[in-house]
Amino acid sequence: MKSVHCIDLCKTYRQGEVEVTGLDHVNLEIEEGGFVCLSAPSGGGKTTLLNAIGGLDTPDSGEIWLAGNRVDNLSKGDLAKMRLHQIGFVFQAYNLIPVLTARENVEFVMEVQGVPAADRRTRALEILDEVGLAGLEDRRPAQMSGGQQQRVAVARAIASRPALVLADEPTANLDSQSADQLMELFVELNRNHGTTFVIATHDQRVMGYARRVIRMLDGQIVGDEQKEAA
Amino acid sequence: MGSLRIIFRLAWRNLWRNHRRTLIMLAAIVIGVWAMIFMTALMRGMVDDMVRDGVSVLPGHVQIHHPDFRDDPTISNLIEPPDGELLEVLNRPEVVAWATRVRVPAVISSERDTRGVTLVGIEPDRERGISFVADDLAEGRFLESRDDRGLIVGRKLVEKLETGLGKRVVIMSQDPENEIADRGFRIVGIFDSKLAQYEEGYVFGGEGAIQDLLGVGDAISEVAILGTDYRDVEGLHQMVADAAGPDVEVLPWNELDTYLGSMLAVMDGFVVVWIVVVFLALSFGLINTLVMAVFERVREIGLMLALGMTPRNILSQILVESILLLVIGLAIGNLAAWAAIEPLKDGIDVSIVGEGMEYFGAASVLYPALYLKDVVLANVIVIVLGFFASLSPAWRASRYDPVRAITKV
Repeated sequence: MKSVHCIDLCKTYRQGEVEVTGLDHVNLEIEEGGFVCLSAPSGGGKTTLLNAIGGLDTPDSGEIWLAGNRVDNLSKGDLAKMRLHQIGFVFQAYNLIPVLTARENVEFVMEVQGVPAADRRTRALEILDEVGLAGLEDRRPAQMSGGQQQRVAVARAIASRPALVLADEPTANLDSQSADQLMELFVELNRNHGTTFVIATHDQRVMGYARRVIRMLDGQIVGDEQKEAA
Repeated sequence: MGSLRIIFRLAWRNLWRNHRRTLIMLAAIVIGVWAMIFMTALMRGMVDDMVRDGVSVLPGHVQIHHPDFRDDPTISNLIEPPDGELLEVLNRPEVVAWATRVRVPAVISSERDTRGVTLVGIEPDRERGISFVADDLAEGRFLESRDDRGLIVGRKLVEKLETGLGKRVVIMSQDPENEIADRGFRIVGIFDSKLAQYEEGYVFGGEGAIQDLLGVGDAISEVAILGTDYRDVEGLHQMVADAAGPDVEVLPWNELDTYLGSMLAVMDGFVVVWIVVVFLALSFGLINTLVMAVFERVREIGLMLALGMTPRNILSQILVESILLLVIGLAIGNLAAWAAIEPLKDGIDVSIVGEGMEYFGAASVLYPALYLKDVVLANVIVIVLGFFASLSPAWRASRYDPVRAITKV
């Protein structure tokens, strides 16, 4: 089954007085359990595509289907629900809520979903252990390194067991060692949980971990390479 | 429910994220609430004092008259003393005290001077519970019976007449045949009043003696009735009116003395205006605090929206943050106001401006009056208007576009 199916997506937006083409007739299918990198130079359209798939932005035309359901025509409220229940997000920076501890950040999505306190606490501690942060659950973001913060963000993204995780430049602010650890964690989670990962990056090392690399330029898909995972 | 808990937790923690800003805003709310309640208590105390003094001068809480007495307060408009059902009603527990009076315009003459006064014939025992005369007696004695031939006169009138305690004066009025009715009386008591106009304008004698002088038998001018609370006389008024029947006029104090009656209504309006004005001054600080708080957290708000929080959740979070700030400020402000008023309950000496106070009917000792309804009013206004003042920044936060918010530099 297709996890993501984009049909003829177009999106333009204004940057100052200039009109920029974000997506130019993009067609894309990603299978469930896929581990895909969207690669493009800055302004190539990878973040725009990721935001459109995640329901954070709406395309000017075209269709987006997630797990067999069309989502591009949903209302803001329904998009919020969809993001809450179906998608895990990892952003480049400012990923965590500063006034919450690591455990509370991991529990955040589950709490909004209405998962009972005991269940989400157990789940959060399990996931924090899985991402190598056992013992740091009561620390606030300011008390953790950048790598640890990204791990908390990953833990939050997968804690509610979404079918799809969208990561936008997740290693951009990390040193090479932390970036490798994070990518190994993604691979492990993809393998163990069958979660579909779509990662926007222009980092060649990150692409090395992917089983499929989609290259974009000026809002168009210019390459789609299937490969063996590292 | 899950959202509600996280909204409260986020609101509470965000509130204390910038301690200094929150504490400054909190101080402003506390001072504002304190000022609202404390000043209201002072104003209420002043008006209460004026009304209480006004009621104790003569009106009581409810009065029964001849229907024409208020237009023509003379011997022509007298009524029969209470009996039957009315007497039974006057002896009910709702009635704290009552007294009959004869009240006519008269002239009082000493050997030196002559003045126009209101001559009031009273039943001494009954009058003690109602009006100020017995309490404010400064020299001499009070009347001993309704047939006592002595007079109680105000100090200022004594001075004007250049007479004194034990001296004889002549009272002159009209009898029912429009003939002069006059008689000599001895001044047996001198009273001081908080209000100079009463010291000059009223002379009190035994009711029986005055009825004799006027030749009106046992007819009276009015029945003054005192209930338990001057603010709540409607029940008493209705009960007395039903028993007194249609041939007499029964009026509550606020209709007898419309100046005092309107004073209460004006005061209620003034309290609301005062509280709203203080709040408006506060609201600028409150809105500024929230706008800054939202502005500093644009990316966070974008993140929460991206993760699936609804705009309504964000709106609620900012509003809860504002309400928490207001509730804490109100709690401390209420406490501070109570702590400021409690030590002053024995009165504040404002004799330095005593003449000015007296000019509009207030005494020179001010007793702050803290009413629950005023405290509730201040709290409700602050919460309700605070809620509306917070809507704008909260609404703006909830409308953020998650993508733009997350990438905002």
